[in-house]
Amino acid sequence: MDLILPDLGLLFWTGIVFCLLLFLLAKFAWKPILNAVNAREQKIAEALELAVKTQVEMKALKAENDLILKEARAERDSILKEAKEAANHMIEEAKSKSKVEAQKIVESARLNINSEKAAAIAEIKTHVATLAVEIAEKVVRGELASDEKQKALAEKLAGDIQMN
Amino acid sequence: MQHLSKLSFLMRKIAVLLAFVGMSGFSFANEEKEFNVSEMIMHHIKDAHEWHLFGPEHGGTSIYLPVILVDNGLKTFSSKHFYRGKAVEVAGKELGTSIHYVKGVGPAAGYAMYHEEIYKLNAAGELHFDGEHPHNASPLDFSITKNVMSLLMGAFLVLIVMFSVAKFYRKNGAVAPKGIAKFFEPIIVMVRDDIAKANIDEHKYEKYVPYLLTIFFFIWFNNMLGLVPFLPGGANLTGNITVTLFLAVCTLLVTLFSGNKNYWGHIFWMPGVPVPMKFFMMPIEIIGIFTKPFALMIRLFANITAGHIIVLALISIIFVNKNVAWAGLSVPMALFISILEVLVAFLQGFLFAMLSALFIGAAVEEAHH
Repeated sequence: MDLILPDLGLLFWTGIVFCLLLFLLAKFAWKPILNAVNAREQKIAEALELAVKTQVEMKALKAENDLILKEARAERDSILKEAKEAANHMIEEAKSKSKVEAQKIVESARLNINSEKAAAIAEIKTHVATLAVEIAEKVVRGELASDEKQKALAEKLAGDIQMN
Repeated sequence: MQHLSKLSFLMRKIAVLLAFVGMSGFSFANEEKEFNVSEMIMHHIKDAHEWHLFGPEHGGTSIYLPVILVDNGLKTFSSKHFYRGKAVEVAGKELGTSIHYVKGVGPAAGYAMYHEEIYKLNAAGELHFDGEHPHNASPLDFSITKNVMSLLMGAFLVLIVMFSVAKFYRKNGAVAPKGIAKFFEPIIVMVRDDIAKANIDEHKYEKYVPYLLTIFFFIWFNNMLGLVPFLPGGANLTGNITVTLFLAVCTLLVTLFSGNKNYWGHIFWMPGVPVPMKFFMMPIEIIGIFTKPFALMIRLFANITAGHIIVLALISIIFVNKNVAWAGLSVPMALFISILEVLVAFLQGFLFAMLSALFIGAAVEEAHH
């Protein structure tokens, strides 16, 4: 029967110990623990919120970046195209210019060659003439080396003249 | 080879354990006296003025706890003066029965102890029995009994554990928990979220969290200590009706002092029912105020005491049959129940806190009609 009858002494001690325990734990354990846990939960919630926000921002930023990239690509393409065109143009120009120049050069070369040729021919002519005179002189000298020869020649020449 | 030595070590351990159990008071070999299971069990689940360690029940090795009596002033002495006092045997009312009690000696002179209750001796210097119970006056007994000792150790344990948890947060701030804090934080958060927040209004629950945490850990730790069969544990504290009564009264008081207009309105003048029903409901609701904590008190008391009784009864199989071979049956069964009791220890603490939160929640609930 005394198993289910409360005992005064134990009730007294239980009361004291439990109330003390409640006070000490509430003040020195539950308060710091719950504060820390709450602070951490708040921190985590904030971090999560920030992460979501950052994600949205990142998305926007990425879209913007893509746009910029696209624009940049287009610009690059256009610049490249322009450059190519300019280059082609320059090449064309250079080509035509060089053609004209080459023609000019060829022309002048031809002129040059012609004049040189003319000069050479003229020179050769004089040379040949000189040679002919020299040969003729030598021949004449040989013809006129002795009296008989001179006589023969004069006769011959006289003969020729007479024949004419 | 290693296995063999391990096995023999284990067997030696079991043998030592059995010898230890055999020594601890269930004296069936040495004495002619019949082994009385219910007496042994009752002795173990009730409070005592000594902490019996080992050896026979009378004259074994015990820690004698201080006796504190209020009887014309404060009287304190060791309970040794009872347990090593003068044994008295008187004839019982029925033929062939006898009643044993002890008279105190030394500073305990003038008092006698019968079934752990302390009485004053009458003018003739003895206890006067009428049937089973003495009719002598009792002094107020504020002794540090086995249960009080266990209570102090349990409370101390809760304090040490929770202070070291708190120390971690004080030192490290709001970071991920490590060590002991890592183990206890989920349980603390469980009490806060699943017990307090789930049952009490969201804007009011915070005030009650420290109470619910304290009651939960107090019950859980003491339940666990009760499962330890040797010194730091072994008392049946949370299976003692006085302790559960006190805890239930605490919840009752918290509920009553938290009760708002809506709560009292539901008790004395139930809204939404016809007037005659209101009169009919009033006494029922008033009784309801008390039956709820009463159920709390009985539930904890009965669950924990039942656990202790089952484990002791299963161990007793060996001593009833007077054969160690029965340990093959009784030890696995006792082990199974002990493991179940580990679950029950947690569950009962959880339930007590949960139902307390439910009652408080009902008391602070705002009208939602």
